[in-house]
This record gives sequence, structure tokens and C-alpha cells, in this order.
Amino acid sequence: MAEVLVVVENGVKKVTLEMLTIARGLGDVSAVVFGEADTAKLGEYGAAKVYVASGDDVDGYLVAPKAAVLADLVREKQPAAVLLASTQEGKEIAGRLAVKLDNGLLTDAVEVAADGTATQAVFAGSGIVKSKVTKGLPIVTIRPNSVTPVAAAATPAVEQLTVAVSDADKLTKVVERVVEQKGSRPELTEAGIVVSGGRGVGNADNFKLVEELADLLGGAVGASRAAVDSGFYPHQFQVGQTGKTVSPQLYVALGISGAIQHRAGMQTSKTIVAVNKDPEAPIFELADYGVVGDLFKIVPQAADEIRKRK
Amino acid sequence: MNIVVLVKQVPDSGAERTLSADNTVERASANNVINEMDEYAIEEALKIKEAHGGEVTVLTMGPAGATESIRKALSMGPDKAVHVSDDALHGSCAVATSKVLAEALKTLNADLIIAGAESTDGRVQVMPHMLAERLGVAALTGARKLTVDGSQLTVERQTDEGYEVVTAATPAVVSVWDTINEPRYPSFKGIMAAKKKPVQALTLADLGISADEVGAAGATSAVLEFAPRPPRSAGTKVTDEGDGGAQLVAYLATEKFV
Repeated sequence: MAEVLVVVENGVKKVTLEMLTIARGLGDVSAVVFGEADTAKLGEYGAAKVYVASGDDVDGYLVAPKAAVLADLVREKQPAAVLLASTQEGKEIAGRLAVKLDNGLLTDAVEVAADGTATQAVFAGSGIVKSKVTKGLPIVTIRPNSVTPVAAAATPAVEQLTVAVSDADKLTKVVERVVEQKGSRPELTEAGIVVSGGRGVGNADNFKLVEELADLLGGAVGASRAAVDSGFYPHQFQVGQTGKTVSPQLYVALGISGAIQHRAGMQTSKTIVAVNKDPEAPIFELADYGVVGDLFKIVPQAADEIRKRK
Repeated sequence: MNIVVLVKQVPDSGAERTLSADNTVERASANNVINEMDEYAIEEALKIKEAHGGEVTVLTMGPAGATESIRKALSMGPDKAVHVSDDALHGSCAVATSKVLAEALKTLNADLIIAGAESTDGRVQVMPHMLAERLGVAALTGARKLTVDGSQLTVERQTDEGYEVVTAATPAVVSVWDTINEPRYPSFKGIMAAKKKPVQALTLADLGISADEVGAAGATSAVLEFAPRPPRSAGTKVTDEGDGGAQLVAYLATEKFV
């Protein structure tokens, strides 16, 4: 079977395991790691080979060096497909790779069939398309929470790649990386449960209520654009058209009216629960379970109830 | 500073969107608007021009009807526009689109190219890096803050963990999120002035690109089938009468979330 490359960024995330699971249906899986490789974990999910590219030339610049290393690897190995995560970085590497190889690319796939046909969610989850790369090999980015990762033990052979990056790929220098509020919560796009707050939460301080419920459910915290624009919560947690797209098992919307801007980022969630004081709020049109009422009474009561059940 | 802003006309994301019979985005019947994120790109370009001088050009690739969005963009304050339009471009993939835009950009000699971080129709986010790759210039993407100091650009970009600071010298492509500024509303004077601003039309022939390199013929990927997702139906809705929180948790328990 031909080799399939899975690009691993910033440590092994859940989406990495999902990609490894999908890749096994396409060929022999090789992971491409930029930076530190968790070889054991990659092997646990079926990576037969791990290519490692590291060093300042890869780490110190925005995506271009990674795309260059990857393009060289593709030319050398002639893989059957390349899978990347549908994150900003994953898409950017994919875009550069496609131009370098004059090759097609598909983004935001939730499934890839053995023949390379990808299933994509389009128009903010309101449509589904099946697409195929018609020029070159399939370069596909995979949306987090697309498949359930399935382990398949392998003992990967590790191969260190020679990083030969030209000056043309070192034009954008990363001078500082700042880590803010890296807590114990799961990452928003990968979380199985997301609890989000909107304008109805009222102020930044009240977001503690949203956080409390999220923590009790073991979920991530999200926010609507209205809440972010009002300064209640930081932008990186914004769910919606101009923020993150999430597709968790459970989405809890607190004080969110459900404007199209917000729905665009969450309507492919499996189960949606909403609390809003306005019975006419559009969020109820897509909620599997909705409670009309004051979130400041309902959420603390729900939190107590969950604690009781634990 | 010579600044070019990429502007795309998209179907209104607030209305129903679909694909046409040939599996391309239905634009003819859609309510087409300027891509929201591009307004932030225009604003940023205008602010830089106001602080450092120079000229702002809007660059759009799209059908004849995109003129409407170009005029809207110009009404905010840019000096002129370039409209790449050609029937053969219909159905172009991202890779081909980047080829066309890159060729158009070469005619404009921009110091700085500013784009919205993504369009609301495709949401692919690859164009800035594709253009940088083709033009051999720097790309600083996802900016929430852009500082210009002579030819030196500094961008603060959001990451999942926090943010990072990246730097590059011009010429460069910068893409911006909607957190970077608050776009101005066009003034009446601006709207009137936009009608007289020059809009240069470019065809594929002008750019030296042949028709078979773009459109459906030159596409590097193809949509095989499209189906609207079955609409979600509303489930149970209860009104809180003192036990709403408990009821909510009871539901979560039946679904095995607690």
C-alpha cells in the first residue's frame, strides 16, 4: 500500500488521532512531526513511520518552512495523500503546499473515502459536499471532531528529516509566543462538550457561571460574537462565522439568541441545549432541549444538581 | 506606501446559500455583499495611508456584478480599483484564483497587500499564503494588530493558546481578523466620490493567463455532489417554573452527559 502523510502540529492533539484513524483507510500511515515527536502516542494510533523535522529554521518562522519541508518529502516519497488539521496553521501549510506542487486541495473535510473523495461541510454547516482533488494527490485538511479516534498499535520507525530551508521561506519571523490562560479545560475546537455564553450573560464577571458549568461537564468555554464584542470574554473563544467552528457532542448555549453569525459556528453539534429568557429566540429552533427562563437562576441550579449527582 | 486590498463579493451569509447545477456557488440569484472581513482590511489600509501616506487600491476578481461591491469598497475611501473579470474564471478553484490574483498583483507593485482572514462563502483561509508563495513575499496572517514602521511590519496574531508576534519587511501580504479595528461607514460624500473613482478592468488575456488554466477546465479539485443538510428540528422547550435547572440536568442525564 502506498504511504499516507499525516502532518502533526504542536504536539499530538485529538485531531491528530482522528487524522491517523482516517489515514489508515487510505494507506500506510506516516506521521510528519514539526518539533517534538510523541512517537509512542503516534504509534498507538497506527503510525508505521514518523518523520521529524525540527530546529530553529522550522520553529522560528511562520508556516513557509514547514510547507517547504513537506513539499520536499512529498516529491521524494510520492505519497497517496497528505492529511493536515483544519486549523489556521494546517490550512496555511496546505495552501502553500498546493501552490508549490501545483496540486488541488480540499479543506474542512469530515471524512475521506479510500478513493480520496472528501466529505466537506459547507456554508457554515448548512450544506454537505463530496469533492475530489483532480490534479495531483489529495491534500486534505480534517476538521476536529470528525471521527472517533481508534487505536491500532504499531511501532514506528523514526526518521529525522534534513531541514534545508531557503531564505525565501524565512521572510516572516516569529519573535514572541505568548501563552495566555492555558488552563485545564479542553481546547475549544476539540472539546466533546462546549458551554457558551452570549450577550445575556451580562458582563465579564458573570462568565464565571459559564465557566463553572463547563468545568462541571468537563467541557470548553465558548462565547458569542456579541459577548466578545462587549468585552465579556476573549476573542479566541468566539464561536461563529468570524470565530471558531465547533462540532461537539454537546453544545450548551447560555443567553445566546442564536443569530446566523453564531449558528454558523455550532450548528453541526450533535446535541444542542439552550437557556434563554426570550421564548422566541432563534436558538430554540435548533435546540434539542431548551429552557425558557432566567439563566442566573437556571444555571446555578443546574450546577448544584450536577454536583449532587457526582 | 502603495497598498492593495483584496475584496471579494460573496453571497450574504445571513441568507440561504446553495450551489448551482454546475456545483459552483450560486451567485446569480444570491443577495451578494462585500465579504465582511474585507471591510476590516479596507479600514486598516485607510488608517495606514492616513498615517504614512500613499495610495489604496482595491483588487477584486469576480463576475461583472461584483462592481457593486467594488463601489461600496471605494465609498469607504480607497483611491481606485482593479476588477479582474472574465467568463472563463467561473468555477475557478483556490489554486487557480491565487494564480490570477498573483498576476494582477504583479501589475500593481504593492508594498503591502491586505486581505480579510477568510471569506464567508469558502472559509478556506489559504489565499494570503498562496499569494505570498507565488509572489515570493512575506505573509503575516490572522492579524489582530498591525504596526508599520517604515518598511518593517509587526503583527500580533491570535493563537489557540494566546498570541504570537511576527515581523517581516515589505513587500508582504497581511490578513486581518475582525478584531483589528472598527470599519468606518461610508459618508455621503464618499459614496458620491466612489462613483467617479477609476476602476480598471483586467481580463485573463491582459494577465497572460490562458482560459484552460482557470475555471472548471483548470480546476485542481471538483465538487461531485451537494446536498443541503437536513434542517435541525426544534426539540423540547420548557419554561422555567423554579426547577428549570434540575430539568435541564435530567435531560443531560438521559443523554448520558452527566
